[in-house]
Amino acid sequence: MSNFKIKPSFGLGILAIIGLLMSTGASAEDAKPVLDAGNTSWMLTSTALVLLMTIPGVALFYGGMVRRKNLLSVAAATFATTAMISVIWAVVGYSLAFKGSGAYVGDFSALFLKGMGYDSIQGTIPESVFMTFQMTFAIITPALIIGAVVERMKFSALLIFLGLWSVLVYSPIAHMVWGGGWLAGDGIQDFAGGTVVHINAGIAGLVAALVLGKRKGYGTEAMPPVNLVYTMAGAALLWVGWFGFNAGSELAADGTAGMAMAVTQIATAVAAMAWMLIEWIMRGKPTLLGMASGAVAGLVAITPASGFVGPTGAFVIGIAAGIIPFLASVYLKRMLGYDDSLDAFGVHAVGGIVGALLTGIFSAAAFGGAGLNAAANGSILAQFMIQLKGVGFTVIYDAVVTFLILMALKFTIGIRVTEEEEAEGLDINQHGERV
Amino acid sequence: MKLVTAIIKPFKLDDVREALSTIGVKGITMTEVKGFGRQKGHTELYRGAEYVVDFLPKVKLEMVVDDATVEPVIDAITKAASTGKIGDGKIFVSTIEDAVRIRTGETGPEAL
Repeated sequence: MSNFKIKPSFGLGILAIIGLLMSTGASAEDAKPVLDAGNTSWMLTSTALVLLMTIPGVALFYGGMVRRKNLLSVAAATFATTAMISVIWAVVGYSLAFKGSGAYVGDFSALFLKGMGYDSIQGTIPESVFMTFQMTFAIITPALIIGAVVERMKFSALLIFLGLWSVLVYSPIAHMVWGGGWLAGDGIQDFAGGTVVHINAGIAGLVAALVLGKRKGYGTEAMPPVNLVYTMAGAALLWVGWFGFNAGSELAADGTAGMAMAVTQIATAVAAMAWMLIEWIMRGKPTLLGMASGAVAGLVAITPASGFVGPTGAFVIGIAAGIIPFLASVYLKRMLGYDDSLDAFGVHAVGGIVGALLTGIFSAAAFGGAGLNAAANGSILAQFMIQLKGVGFTVIYDAVVTFLILMALKFTIGIRVTEEEEAEGLDINQHGERV
Repeated sequence: MKLVTAIIKPFKLDDVREALSTIGVKGITMTEVKGFGRQKGHTELYRGAEYVVDFLPKVKLEMVVDDATVEPVIDAITKAASTGKIGDGKIFVSTIEDAVRIRTGETGPEAL
């Protein structure tokens, strides 16, 4: 999804068509983009890998961290979000993100996937594969927000919130960065979704945690996680699935995809080690939750950078991703007192911002990267400022719209379960089931 | 008759049961309990959250024995359950007024 990869070829395609029409009068058939079987098979695989990240990846990762009485509610929220967003994406989300030429949002030209047939091609792969691949990104982003609101948000309100958020926040930001919107034109480098997915989800999570308020007993009662092996298994599925996420974002099976895979592995491993070590030094023990969190923070931070940076960048980003999200999740959260229960903000927003900004430095050829965006004119500082602008815009737009959606729900259907229901646990009173 | 109640470390249960069998104790009631004494609890860390867990898992053994067996029982438990470290547990002894075997109706030491 490096837009400078798709866009020029798309633009060249159009130019070629125009050229052919003007000079030879040949039919546009000759200039039709050609399907590449190798690319297509890799993208079919990537799509399946990214879906695996949400179910069961995120469900297990988050589920293991809540108390036993809320385990099923987290799994149910993740699973239902997967199904619901799939429908929303097919009906309207895809069109708003990838169709039309608006600066801020796409159009309604592909409502209900109008125009997508057996022969439709996007780049060198079938449009159906591109649409489904993008769908899995649209699914995981709201699923990540769930981590901030667990153990207290009403299931009905959560689904409505995430559905509206997907249409009003995810699709527009995806359009601005990947769909030919103004951030793409500005030269932002976001290979696989540092801004679109992780900063977006993390900021929405923080706003939701603030609007919703703390869990009853937060900070005074022990809230031991039900089983951190679930969390480890979830983190491992995220790690594996992320190869589809990052290397798949090249939309081709080529050298860039290969490098994206390599730097993903390096940065993730370095971040897991860094989190483990800093926790060991500062908190006395190396925890399993810490190692898993470090791995996820590393995956998040390398997301915008993969495909742009080389191994050097991967090492630096991995170290930063192990340390800075650790400090945010452990110390900043306690200092500010918000209850972002499973650190959607601390890991995803903070990790995403670290990654997005460092991408602007380490994509430079001088650091072994693929090179800065042409808009930066070879200046690392200029690229860094472009990245900063993209991050800043995403944070502000996301925070404002998320806040408005939640306030509207708060004063209509209510967003929080009663105190009694919260004490009982969401599994029983929201779903009528228990572990 | 005396009731001997011993709170011990869970992993010492088998050793204690064996030691009591060899000196002829015929019945023991065992309960898994949680508690704290001088050992206090431990701290658990989950990212930023830090919980002090006060109550640690222990095993509680209860047996009623005749007066003459009390000293050997205390001896056996003390030897078998000791690690020399803080948290080994405690033994309490109290007097029992009567005992009844439900199947036969025997009472007193006969019922033990």
